[in-house]
Amino acid sequence: MARAARRLSEQINLSRRPALEGSETVMPWVTVRPSGPLSRLSLRAPEASVSALSKALGVTLPGKPKSSAEKAGRAVLWLGPDEWLVLDGAGNLASALQGVKQFHSAVDVSHRNVGIVVAGEGAEAALNAGCPGDLSLAAFPVGACSRTVLGKIEIVLWRKAEHEFHVECWRSFSDYAFAFLTEATRDAGQP
Amino acid sequence: MTNESFRIPGQGRLGQARLARFSFDGEGLAGLEGDTLASALLANGIHLVGRSFKYHRPRGILSAGAEEPNALVGIHRDAARRTPNVRATVQELYDGLNAVSQNRWPSLKFDVGAVNDLASPFLSAGFYYKTFMWPKAAWKQFYEPNIRAAAGLGVAPDLPDPDRYSARFAHCDVLVLGGGAAGIAAALAAAEAGARVIIADEQAQLGGSLRFETGARIGGAAGWDWAQASAARLAAMDNVRVLTRATAFGYYAQNFVGLVERVSDHLPQPMPDLPRERLWQVRAKRVVLATGAIERHMVFADNDRPGIMLASAARTYFNHYGVAVGRNVGVYTANDSAYHAAIDFKKAGVNIAAIVDLRDNPQGAAVDEARALGIEINAGRAVIAATGRQRINAMVVRPKNGGASRAIPVDALLTSAGWTPSVHLFSQSRGKVAFDEATRRFLPGDYAQDCVSVGACNGTDNLADTIAEAIAAGEKAAKEAGAKVSKGFKLKAETPEGWAGGMIGAAPGAGLDAKVKAFVDFQNDVTAKDIRQAVREGMRSIEHVKRFTTNGMATDQGKTSNIHGLAIAAETLDKPIPEVGLTTFRAPYTPVTFGAIVNHARGELFDPTRRTAIHPWAETHGAVFEDVGQWKRAWYFPRPGEDMHAAVDRECRTVRNAAGIFDASTLGKIEVVGPDAAAFMELLYTNPWKRLDTGRCRYGIMLREDGFIYDDGVVGRLAEDRFHVTTTTGGAARVMNHMEDYLQTEFPHLKVYLTSISEQWAVIAVQGPKSRDIIAPLVEGIDLSNEAMPHMSVREGRICGVPTRLFRMSFTGERGFEINVPADYGQAVWEAVWAEGEKHGACAYGTEAMHVLRAEKGYIIVGQDTDGTVTPNDAGLDWAVGKKKADFVGIRGLARPDLGMPDRKQLVGLRTRDPKLVLEEGAQIVADPRQPIPMKMIGHVTSSYWSENCGHSIALALVERGRERIGETLWVPMPDATIEVEVTGTVFFDEKGERLNG
Repeated sequence: MARAARRLSEQINLSRRPALEGSETVMPWVTVRPSGPLSRLSLRAPEASVSALSKALGVTLPGKPKSSAEKAGRAVLWLGPDEWLVLDGAGNLASALQGVKQFHSAVDVSHRNVGIVVAGEGAEAALNAGCPGDLSLAAFPVGACSRTVLGKIEIVLWRKAEHEFHVECWRSFSDYAFAFLTEATRDAGQP
Repeated sequence: MTNESFRIPGQGRLGQARLARFSFDGEGLAGLEGDTLASALLANGIHLVGRSFKYHRPRGILSAGAEEPNALVGIHRDAARRTPNVRATVQELYDGLNAVSQNRWPSLKFDVGAVNDLASPFLSAGFYYKTFMWPKAAWKQFYEPNIRAAAGLGVAPDLPDPDRYSARFAHCDVLVLGGGAAGIAAALAAAEAGARVIIADEQAQLGGSLRFETGARIGGAAGWDWAQASAARLAAMDNVRVLTRATAFGYYAQNFVGLVERVSDHLPQPMPDLPRERLWQVRAKRVVLATGAIERHMVFADNDRPGIMLASAARTYFNHYGVAVGRNVGVYTANDSAYHAAIDFKKAGVNIAAIVDLRDNPQGAAVDEARALGIEINAGRAVIAATGRQRINAMVVRPKNGGASRAIPVDALLTSAGWTPSVHLFSQSRGKVAFDEATRRFLPGDYAQDCVSVGACNGTDNLADTIAEAIAAGEKAAKEAGAKVSKGFKLKAETPEGWAGGMIGAAPGAGLDAKVKAFVDFQNDVTAKDIRQAVREGMRSIEHVKRFTTNGMATDQGKTSNIHGLAIAAETLDKPIPEVGLTTFRAPYTPVTFGAIVNHARGELFDPTRRTAIHPWAETHGAVFEDVGQWKRAWYFPRPGEDMHAAVDRECRTVRNAAGIFDASTLGKIEVVGPDAAAFMELLYTNPWKRLDTGRCRYGIMLREDGFIYDDGVVGRLAEDRFHVTTTTGGAARVMNHMEDYLQTEFPHLKVYLTSISEQWAVIAVQGPKSRDIIAPLVEGIDLSNEAMPHMSVREGRICGVPTRLFRMSFTGERGFEINVPADYGQAVWEAVWAEGEKHGACAYGTEAMHVLRAEKGYIIVGQDTDGTVTPNDAGLDWAVGKKKADFVGIRGLARPDLGMPDRKQLVGLRTRDPKLVLEEGAQIVADPRQPIPMKMIGHVTSSYWSENCGHSIALALVERGRERIGETLWVPMPDATIEVEVTGTVFFDEKGERLNG
């Protein structure tokens, strides 16, 4: 039976079918697009484990609230005093921390979340249609991140550039998030 | 189209504005772009615009702003866009506007309801409450239907609102509310200091009272010109946002202010992408309140005749819109500011019939100037009545202390009793107002939030003082918000005008014993007499007077009426005003549409709809979905010709005969990780966990502190320090919170972390005798034999080449597997499983079949078979409580004596005597159907289904001493029949559980 299993499973070549595949909203002043598949870890650890984890990840875990660190396509977002969201566009994070002996919890959430990129001059206004945070550059500079809300759902918001934001939400909320942002873009033409 | 005969050439600021055609009650009229509906009506000589709420009295335009109590009209754009109760004084005119009057039938000029005016002795203050009392029988048959038919103002649209509404959150250092002289100066000062500023004004342009106060000069320019130049300057600054047509309607905790911006109500053809309104929710470090003051009318007999209006309003129509409200105008005042209206009119050639001034010896520049212009001044006199039903034709004047009266013909009468500082928003911020004895008005007293009042709303009557105060406040607010104030901002301002003085309460002729209708609150039809009657009938508190008379209630919020009403109540009570107190100002300041409040949250954005990764497959395979919380779950998969019962029966049969495939992705899942993971599980669940081997699963029960079942689910141990916990679909979020709460507050010493993985994994349940055969060809690296992978175990490996956490478990009583795969692979793996399943005669099944199958086995559903008062023992799950455990959440609760009583309700099975009869869930159960009503109910049905596999109906029930009663006959009384049932155990199918390994 084992041989049969290998044969059949080898014939099946599954690739990810991410949520929102093919969705896109384009306005002259702002676009909303899915980020494409990412590898993700939900990382929880006490202070004492931070340096070992930083070393293993190759990125120093940020300790400042609402800040992030990024290196070679791998980003670490501070979500709480002992909580980070690690995102990687290319590599696979699932085994990145397997050798770390210090106490921590690394849980693969690659498929739990969906990334949405909101970019353009109207990005801030579109997000502020449903996100109560202060998204001005002074209060939420490039690299800032925050677990916050968008309309009726929870999101993680990360500013990648002055006019580019990355929104993370849970998979089943991505339809809502995308529809909300699409509706919001219509009124984001004025700053 | 009527001629705009009251527009004065060369007067006002609309200049060569384009014509805007509009209609009022079907009559075609013309105004100018830049008009309000009110100014355009007045330009056409139309004063009669509505009927009053209670007495249906003809009413005209009182004001030129948001305080308007009378001129409420319907604006009809099309069949779906019919907005009632729009203030004509706020609505901007556009070409094609269609307005209709309200509260009249058959027409505005002839209104049958006006009979109420004659019947007014029966409709006096508090009549509504009295109808409750006597005669008792009359309420239902007479009062209620008639009051309901007559109540309400305007007609709500009956079609769905086709407009869009949007919302925006914003933050700033300094939020300036009000864009008059004070607001502009404060905003400029704060903005020049570098602060992030938002300034909002309810009108289309900043300027406030500079609109009519033509004598003002600021910064070397005419006041209005300065305001426009300043508005442009502010708008050009990067750190400033200027919001016009934006009303701050509510001031909430921690400087959180709600504003509604009217985006397209003034446009003839709004662009489709434009929202009708935009809700702004602003969090400000500091708020500057520059909300101005509202002029009060004089309270005298028949002071509601069309043509009688506030002096400042008439001046606004004249100086801004170029419209004279009459050709022979009277003025009735108790202060100086109304003189300036008379002077402006007279200078432009409009006749002033007379100024009637309550003061015995008015003096000052304004009085001198009026006199010099030849205007007749009647000092120490009062207007005691007005004549002319649909338009004033004369004012009746007599010495204020009595004497001979004379009628002076007029076609308009301007009144001013002085200015009431607008402390609405200050009061909403929970600030306490204080009565200023010298000026007899309420002013901001103790502040509760980080805000400051400037200008007229702060009682500052003089323009130069106002500007200085506003600049200081703007700079201080900017500094407190963190800006660096380097150079002081300076501005010179002067005006010959002032807003001091005036009177409050009823004017002569409407005094204590007067029987006349002297209106205090126009919108709610409350007269001075009504307020006195309320006091006579025992109302002492102003809050009681307000409710008894409805003075200052509803959308009006007492803008023009509050202070007069209070003064009359105080006079009648013979108490000082501060002792009577002021009523509370409530949000919203002006009415807010539901559209603005709801904004984006309609249609698909009303609430998130959650779909699993496998949802598209279920959709294309004809699934009927049911809502489970926000989730859409496949309920059943009907084949052509099948109804729900046939489909569910087939699905149930197929699962037990071959296999079924079920989307269980919505189950809550939590990964518990850390060296103390088992210790934590011991504390959160009733079961023992420490000795659960890696790779094995256990059914766990979670209690609340009170010992009642909170949630349940299968938990797999993936490693010494890692558990994969499942929860009910509905419990996913609250169980996570419950666990996190205990971890952080009760067990912070434990080295363990919790992560929600509900959406990481799509879950495909394959249940039935053929389940292993179906998945075997797809699975890699896992031995699926009974020996290697017995019931209740978990393995990690691969399926279809992707990682899986494969559970051997069953919610059907059959051999079963739950395949967890990363969600993005969910549908592809499902499709592969489906292809294999078809070879074995398997079907897809939905939640209904799942419910039936688990009930056949007596497996409970938390929240259906339990209701928050059920212990593990009640549910027959005592075996899942670790008897040797020293502690777990709920252990103390379970030890309460009443949770161990033998007469508790216990979960049992029920079989109907008639096997075809399916009980109703929720039906009550009695022991003796012949006992008198009300019968003693000893339990209720929690789950009930037709079981195709058993060939009879099955039910679960919570019944008092249930387990003792097994074998007994009980009764379920229903409206049409009393149903006989037999109490059984909870397992109806495969009692020995042999099929789990079959």
